[in-house]
Amino acid sequence: MSTDIIIHEKKDNVGVVVIEKITPKQDCKCWIMENDSSVNIQSADEIPLGHKIAMIDLKEGDTILKYGHDIGKVVKAIKKGQHVHVHNVKTKKW
Amino acid sequence: MDIPKSFLGYKRENGRAGTRNHVIILPVDDISNACAEAVANNIKGTIALPHSYGRLQFGADLELHFRTMIGTGSNPNVAAVIVIGIEPKWTKRIVDGIAKTRKPVEGFHIERTGDIGTVMKASKKAQEFVMWASEKQREECPISDLWISVKCGESDTTSGLASNPTVGNLMDKLEPLGVHLCFGETSELTGAEKVCATRGATKEASDKFMKTWSAYNDFILKEATDDLSESQPTAGNIAGGLTTIEEKAFGNFQKIGNCKFVDVLEPAEEPKKGKGLYFMDTSSAAAECVTLQAAAGFNIHLFPTGQGNIVGNPIEPVIKLTANPLTVKSMGEHIDCDVSKILSREMNLSEAGDELIKTTLKVANGRLTCAEALGHREFVMTKLYRSA
Repeated sequence: MSTDIIIHEKKDNVGVVVIEKITPKQDCKCWIMENDSSVNIQSADEIPLGHKIAMIDLKEGDTILKYGHDIGKVVKAIKKGQHVHVHNVKTKKW
Repeated sequence: MDIPKSFLGYKRENGRAGTRNHVIILPVDDISNACAEAVANNIKGTIALPHSYGRLQFGADLELHFRTMIGTGSNPNVAAVIVIGIEPKWTKRIVDGIAKTRKPVEGFHIERTGDIGTVMKASKKAQEFVMWASEKQREECPISDLWISVKCGESDTTSGLASNPTVGNLMDKLEPLGVHLCFGETSELTGAEKVCATRGATKEASDKFMKTWSAYNDFILKEATDDLSESQPTAGNIAGGLTTIEEKAFGNFQKIGNCKFVDVLEPAEEPKKGKGLYFMDTSSAAAECVTLQAAAGFNIHLFPTGQGNIVGNPIEPVIKLTANPLTVKSMGEHIDCDVSKILSREMNLSEAGDELIKTTLKVANGRLTCAEALGHREFVMTKLYRSA
């Protein structure tokens, strides 16, 4: 029942850490809210509560999907399991 | 859960119901704050609402000032009002606006009397009002008398995952019971604006939303000196894991559940199309937004937070909820409703929505919010542009 990471929708390529933090090489349980299913992922970085993890490899220019929607663009390549935040993703608006 | 069909509120002369029974001392302008605060200090049980504006404003900015002042005095959480301004004309305009509710209201102007004489006269009237108001009893009111506004703050990813959807769940459950609902934060819908527009109940409402959002966005783009990444998302948002305005917007938008908005309101405009959800054009700054919603007549506020925003309002009780367990642990005195068990999957969204409904009704019946107990009375006028 407990989970380390929550993913809003099946097509999202990021998940949100919901425990205090995950550590590198931790095997994490992920829960996908949309269809109540589970997947596993091994983390590559330390990632704190509320921060995002890449569920797949992402290259520069790729779109980050969360809530099933476009929330910004990758500005620096991200490997599966790595921390996704302001250092590698930027808004497409402002 | 069986949702209670009523709450204990204060019935007002115009048919509305209040969740509070305040007597307020309302300054028309910045220079009348001292008088208003002196009266509130003299007469226990009254509240002064000092603010920074009200002089040499003009056009739409002045209209908004009057709408906010009159709306605040007219809010059903207010039993009676003392208005104090420097000059008679604008003071009277506000008194006359509030008097349409038929609640007790009296205005005083300082010119040709001075602070001390004005404080004496206004204090005598304030004492009369507060003693009269103290006799009012709570009575059973239908739940449809609740006008619920929502706004989130210091959001993080837990807001979009859990606390905002909890508010959405409450909206989905209470909307069919005939309550009024209101969300705002025009700039914080950026990135989700097209999805939000599809939630208009009519094409007219959707078009009005897009027009409103575009106007605000144009203004931001015109004034911005950088990409706004210092302000939207805020440093607090980023610390909490939010990366872009789009991510923040989709999280924000979870607050309205599956409801559709019936109309788009100007800042501080009272809804006129009956029950249901309204969008109001507001800043996303917490105190400004809540002040505008209270001035539009909303009598109870739900405020989901991630990292821990602490805002309150002098007349509209602000209920805080959070899903962030660190916020519950480190700032528990600010949190009225803890829904962090959603993240550990020990609570589902519907259970969280029920918890929030229970908290909302307790507060509507008179339980103090954390913000009220801690003395948060942020009253912040929205200013559209420079004064003349």
